[in-house]
Amino acid sequence: MNANSKRSINLLCGMAAFLLCAPLLAQPLTVKVGVVLPFSGPGGDTVEREEQAMRLYMKLHGKELGGTRIELIKRDSKEPSGATTRELVRELIFRDNVDILLAGQFSPDAIAAAPVVTQAKKLLILVNAQASFITNLSPYIVRVSAASWQIAYPMGRYAIEKPGCKKTVVGYIDYAPGRDVLAAFKSGYEKAGGTLADAIPMGGPTGVPDFTPYLRRIRDQSPDCMYIFTPGGPFTLALARTYHELRMAETGVKFLGTGDATQDSILAQYGEQALGWMSGGQYTADLDTPENKKFVAAWQAEYGKDSVPDYFTVHGYDAMAAVFHVVKTLNGKIDADKAVAALKGWKHNSPRGPIWIDPATRDVVQNIYVQKVVKMNGRYGIEVLDTIPAVRDPCKELAIGQCATAASKTK
Amino acid sequence: MALSIFFDGIAYAMILFVLAVGLSITMGLMGVINLAHGAFAMAGGYLAVVLINRLAVPFVPALLLAVALVAVLSVPFERMLYAAIYGRGELDQVLMTIGLTLMSMAVATYLFGPGPVTLKLPGALDGTVPAFGREFPSYRAFIVGVGAAVFAALWFSFERTVLGAKIRAAVDNRAMAEAAGINTARLFTLTFALGCGLAALGGALAVNVVGLTPRFAIQYLVVVLAVVAVGGLGTIGGTMAAALVIGVADVAARYFFPGASAFLIYAPLLLVMLLRPRGLLGKV
Repeated sequence: MNANSKRSINLLCGMAAFLLCAPLLAQPLTVKVGVVLPFSGPGGDTVEREEQAMRLYMKLHGKELGGTRIELIKRDSKEPSGATTRELVRELIFRDNVDILLAGQFSPDAIAAAPVVTQAKKLLILVNAQASFITNLSPYIVRVSAASWQIAYPMGRYAIEKPGCKKTVVGYIDYAPGRDVLAAFKSGYEKAGGTLADAIPMGGPTGVPDFTPYLRRIRDQSPDCMYIFTPGGPFTLALARTYHELRMAETGVKFLGTGDATQDSILAQYGEQALGWMSGGQYTADLDTPENKKFVAAWQAEYGKDSVPDYFTVHGYDAMAAVFHVVKTLNGKIDADKAVAALKGWKHNSPRGPIWIDPATRDVVQNIYVQKVVKMNGRYGIEVLDTIPAVRDPCKELAIGQCATAASKTK
Repeated sequence: MALSIFFDGIAYAMILFVLAVGLSITMGLMGVINLAHGAFAMAGGYLAVVLINRLAVPFVPALLLAVALVAVLSVPFERMLYAAIYGRGELDQVLMTIGLTLMSMAVATYLFGPGPVTLKLPGALDGTVPAFGREFPSYRAFIVGVGAAVFAALWFSFERTVLGAKIRAAVDNRAMAEAAGINTARLFTLTFALGCGLAALGGALAVNVVGLTPRFAIQYLVVVLAVVAVGGLGTIGGTMAAALVIGVADVAARYFFPGASAFLIYAPLLLVMLLRPRGLLGKV
């Protein structure tokens, strides 16, 4: 063995030693966060903004973590059946060793991932999925978004109490979330002493329908109010277009809807046709609070002046806030049980107002805002008419259907 | 009330007709299963949006321009891709055209984003017109007019012109038509461009009814195929009859039985397929 090769062996040994020690020397801990969302699915633009919101939160608050670093690992779940999400969640847990998962755009995604995170003991923060009973499926699921009952049930009561909707017709896109919204609105409406005049399923979620026959059916019954649920995006645009074509505003039938009917991010495209629409939702970009003003300003500085965040965006933002809270509380050493414990009762000042996680259900408690489309300063925006404060998921409070059965199962 | 539903149904039927008749022509006359028809319709929709919203072209010229552009654009597709699959089996045709559709959706997403886009209507089309003792959206009336005009023009050119006679001859017996000195390859290119142009017109008209996203290419394929099947391949009158039956039945079902409408739309389809498997006016 000559001197030269001896030296290179020494060098190799040195390098090996360094590499072995490197993780110990490198002080900053890395928390791996897996993001599983349908980036290329229908509504991919909305999903992309959720991720942008997560990154914005990281940028604005990164320093608060001290030495700990958060690494986002992004996976595209493509379709809403849940099958792809389950595979990707599995892969992220067992191959990439992620510490925390942010997933569940659609309810089936969350339902499919629930047994995986239960077995693997990983925290799953729901980014959007709104079926109420999901948080009962695993003790490691925490929801920061919203449950559909949380939105529609208080609006059912509100419809009678404030705008005086004695006769109301509901129109909904006919799939699980739509039927949830119908059941919740109906329940709230009946609690306040009303009976629904009609409930119209307006076709499935795969294609935007011609809304003409549905709106005609509503109009011909001359109710005081209609309450409409669609998945937003292209549905809302087509609905506004047909609503305007049929001159529904002139009939005096008040329009009420879920927050999807007043989606801030696309309101500029249809505000003119939807003037006067009222909705009940958890967020609007026009919310007049310092926290929200700061958020919208930061968003527009990052993603352009024409980009307006909506409630999906805020779900993403708050999901990352929850991750930060966990990382800070646990000093970067993530254990699912401790993480869930840290989130139980977590109070946060979100752009949508004060939110907190109900320790009993691991579900978010938040304000529901009654919003109205108005023209302000030459653009279309949202005026907040009323605030229904600190709404818990009524589905679990009232132990309705699957919310009750699933709850008893986990107990 | 029944009359107004009838009118709504006719307006919807005319969109179906314009969307489907191009497919009926390419499928019936040229024998190619063009599942990328929706992609050409989507292209028409996006072109109209670009022309009207960004380049401020007036509405009607923009429609015509979008139709012409898509028709021209379809020629290289026909020459380079479709010409290769004319003689092939149905599976090859389905695979290639579905592939084209998926690619078109990706391209549309890249260019316009996955979100929905809208199209601004001129004031005249944004109003209402009185009919049957009710106010009807003037845009829907416009669609009915366009549908009727397209039907008349197509019927005339296929039944009463030399070009139409040549196309019919080439379809009935291609070899014989060629022997008689008809350039069938050029004829097919022309027919294909016509079919795609009509698709573009349907796509552009539909933007203001059901909206436009990259999923448009595939979303309405089923109902369009149903219209083509019920009408009978390659018959213009049959496509019109089928569009009217399905359009009116669909709108009426959605009005009277919204809960069952998802299934009811297939009732006429099932009935016609059982009684007349080649469609209402199909050649038996």
